[in-house]
Amino acid sequence: MSVLVFTESEEGKFKKTAYEVVSYARGIADMMNTTVTALTINADETSSLGTYGADKVVHLKNDKLAKFTANAYASALTQAAQKEGSKVIVLSSSANAKYLAPILAVDLNAGYASNVVALPESESPFTVKRTAFTNKAFNHTEIKTDVKIIGLSKNSFGLKEAQKEASEESFEPSLDDVHFNIDVQSVDKVKDKVTIADAEIVVSGGRGLKGPENWGMIEEMADILGAATACSKPVSDMGWRPHSEHVGQTGKPVASNLYIAIGISGAIQHLAGINASKTKVVINTDPEAPFFKAADYGIIGDAFEVVPKLNEKLKEFKASNS
Amino acid sequence: MKILVCISHVPDTTSKINFTDNDTKFDTNGVQFVINPNDEFGLTRAMWFKEKQGATVDIINVGGPETEPTLRKALAIGADSAIRINTEALDGFQVAKELSAVAKEGNYDLIIAGRESIDYNGGMVPGMLANLIGASFVNTCISLEVEGETATAIREIDGGKETVTAKLPLVIGGQKGLVEESDLRIPNMRGIMMARKKPLDVKEPQGADTETKAVSFEKPAPKGEVKLVSPDNLDELIDLLHNEAKVI
Repeated sequence: MSVLVFTESEEGKFKKTAYEVVSYARGIADMMNTTVTALTINADETSSLGTYGADKVVHLKNDKLAKFTANAYASALTQAAQKEGSKVIVLSSSANAKYLAPILAVDLNAGYASNVVALPESESPFTVKRTAFTNKAFNHTEIKTDVKIIGLSKNSFGLKEAQKEASEESFEPSLDDVHFNIDVQSVDKVKDKVTIADAEIVVSGGRGLKGPENWGMIEEMADILGAATACSKPVSDMGWRPHSEHVGQTGKPVASNLYIAIGISGAIQHLAGINASKTKVVINTDPEAPFFKAADYGIIGDAFEVVPKLNEKLKEFKASNS
Repeated sequence: MKILVCISHVPDTTSKINFTDNDTKFDTNGVQFVINPNDEFGLTRAMWFKEKQGATVDIINVGGPETEPTLRKALAIGADSAIRINTEALDGFQVAKELSAVAKEGNYDLIIAGRESIDYNGGMVPGMLANLIGASFVNTCISLEVEGETATAIREIDGGKETVTAKLPLVIGGQKGLVEESDLRIPNMRGIMMARKKPLDVKEPQGADTETKAVSFEKPAPKGEVKLVSPDNLDELIDLLHNEAKVI
């Protein structure tokens, strides 16, 4: 009956979202009066999962799983869920989790709700709140199946400490060649750069910056704040910045703590994509820019004057607060 | 090569989102419907396979007659024929199940879907469909080549990309990158005329079960007023971010 949670790691280390999904699973387990079991794959240490409420860690070490393969990971989760008799499985919203979730759902005959933002509203019927229409609305969805899969939206629940002593158990699911039907040839990951998916802070530039040669000050601000860089759709369409930085309805969603929009007017599609961010700052010359209606803090001013000055101030702030 | 492109019929990205019937239904009043953008990138990539590699391209949608203009538009862009499974799309599993019956029967080499629709953002149909028919599956696909029985795809991952190979049949969850925005095609008059004569086959559904139910909707709470900070007083902004919002 234990709530099963998949705690993702990278090069052996847990991501922050792993602690968030455990915190969330703890919340569900308390509602349902049951325990939390975390499945880890090739993680170095697992004791930190107890801090956020895991009662048990099922630990899988297998070199064949060093590279992510959705079918093999889904199969490991299926077997763990069956072993634990889990009725609820909690996943993050990482690219890998979203890849394996529908495969897992079919394997377990489980209903799957993605982009869930809060604990279930009721247990019977089992109803969850999720975002829909790319953050322009919320949708209350009932999962009707016996086994349920929840994809938790990033940064929606936060970390909650629960201080459990997690027991540990090794786990060796049976994996066949059929689970490795996708051959990973190469992985090309930016090193030493914060990704939009993991970022607490995102600094984003728009057409107001006039050209790709002016991105130095955006990157500088991102460096100072330990932030990821992002951009609006026209900027990526014009090739000023790579598509991987495009945030908005047809690009990536952003759910950071702080989103700083520089020279972005705030088209409805852009605002939808970044709406899940907690605090939004806009810097724009045009006081009529729609972004001012969506932002928490705004500066009406020329980015070319404001941003370099702000960067200096942020450097001073960081120097005196670190 | 036989390609099937799954087309969702969704509100245009500029649509204002409202609900009716006590917040249980999406209000279609005054809303323009389009091909789901993630699907349109895939459809355009399918046109490339048609023109360069002689592929045939069928399109499919699960939905009522109101989705036919969207299918006709995809035909006008260049797809060869359309299939509409005549039932309301209720949840991701039901749609995947309905699609799987046609996908199996049609023996497609490649099935292209969008990574998610921009209305319900479920992000589950392509993966479920692949699993139901036992095909390979690549999600968040941003590049796709096919040679013989093998596909080479690039998948977007958090903070980078990954190149993979897979045997056909293959299902992808596609997105921008499969083609560029500037490659998207606006149907011309000839395309529109030809689309009227192309087959649009209406199939009755299998009656697949649903696993989830969209019970109701709500709009986000209205946002408070923006706090304006003078560009000459940037210390105030830093103070607000540090002490009020507590984000730096």
